[in-house]
Amino acid sequence: MYNGGKIIAGLIIFVGLFTFPIFYNMGKTSAMPEPKLDTPVIKQLVEKRCVESKEYMRANHMQLLDNWRDLVIREGNLVYESTGGKKYIMSLQNTCMHCHSNKKEFCDKCHNYANVKPYCWSCHIPPKENEI
Amino acid sequence: MSINRRKFLKIAGASALFGLTGASAIEELLTTNAEASVSPGPEALTAKRWAMVIDVSKIKTKEDYEKIIHACHSIHNVPDIGNKKDEVKWIWEEEYENTFPGVSDEFIPESIKHKPFLALCNHCAKPPCVRVCPTKATFKRPDGIVAMDYHRCIGCRFCMAACPFGARSFNWRDPRPFIKEKEENKEFPTRMKGVVEKCTFCSERLARGLKPACVEKSNGALVFGDLEDSNSEVRKVLSANYTIRRKPEIGSGPSVYYVIGGNEHA
Repeated sequence: MYNGGKIIAGLIIFVGLFTFPIFYNMGKTSAMPEPKLDTPVIKQLVEKRCVESKEYMRANHMQLLDNWRDLVIREGNLVYESTGGKKYIMSLQNTCMHCHSNKKEFCDKCHNYANVKPYCWSCHIPPKENEI
Repeated sequence: MSINRRKFLKIAGASALFGLTGASAIEELLTTNAEASVSPGPEALTAKRWAMVIDVSKIKTKEDYEKIIHACHSIHNVPDIGNKKDEVKWIWEEEYENTFPGVSDEFIPESIKHKPFLALCNHCAKPPCVRVCPTKATFKRPDGIVAMDYHRCIGCRFCMAACPFGARSFNWRDPRPFIKEKEENKEFPTRMKGVVEKCTFCSERLARGLKPACVEKSNGALVFGDLEDSNSEVRKVLSANYTIRRKPEIGSGPSVYYVIGGNEHA
């Protein structure tokens, strides 16, 4: 092999650089995101319950929203009666964000952590948040 | 180990059975929220086929036109980009010869020849735009409205080529910077770069029991109602006045009718 030393040294450096992030982060855990639920509207709620149970929403909010958009736009529905019998208007921008008016502290917290980039906000207008 | 005939048939039978029933079984397992139910709003306005009549003689001043157009465009966050090439419009002014090209005779009253006509999506009975849409992003609702599902639009612009009325606009650029912040309707989404948009007959307002925004602001010049209900307001206007439609010869069956009214000065 011509220039064997250089090639092998180069390979070692390359592998070292390439795997650096893995070794650097090994054994560390990044803090779990804690989405905030302390908006004024939520604080005033007597029963602090979302459209469905917390566990259901945590696991399935994306399916729920996806269903909602088809139910509203394609099938012409408006009102969602949840398992508890309460009625809600199916609207991300008006219903969800009415309570969760803190997109940065609520939606973005987990989405950033999980590195998912939903494109809701390229059309739907998020509520204005007070910049601190 | 070789497989014998009997064994092969057993496996094939079992696989076929799973293939036939498995998909629906999995679907059943995935829908966990069977108890919730959905319905249209209690105040929703319904019809078999929505239609509009525009009484051209009742819209007189420039302000009348601006008021109607502005009502629509501000409620729906339609951007004002300011140049013809990138323009986005849901309802707009059109000259007589471009509105009714098949019947644009030479010697008609000057007052009509140069009068602006309000043009919008005609919500055709057989919409050519719906036929060509490859993703079914635009579709015909049972109540006659040609609706848009912006989530599905891929921006191919086939619908724009198909529409005989130029009622569709493409978002060549991000529309957000061109919506004045003060006028932004926080209850309605904007669109994003790369989708086609158009008038929706205010389906979101109908669902809440409200007439379309343009109709509300028109002082009776625009009439909205059910074409298949013989007692509806549109049918009354249609039976009392001679009306024309845009390019009926194409056969798409537009749902927007125009009462021309004749010479104002006669």
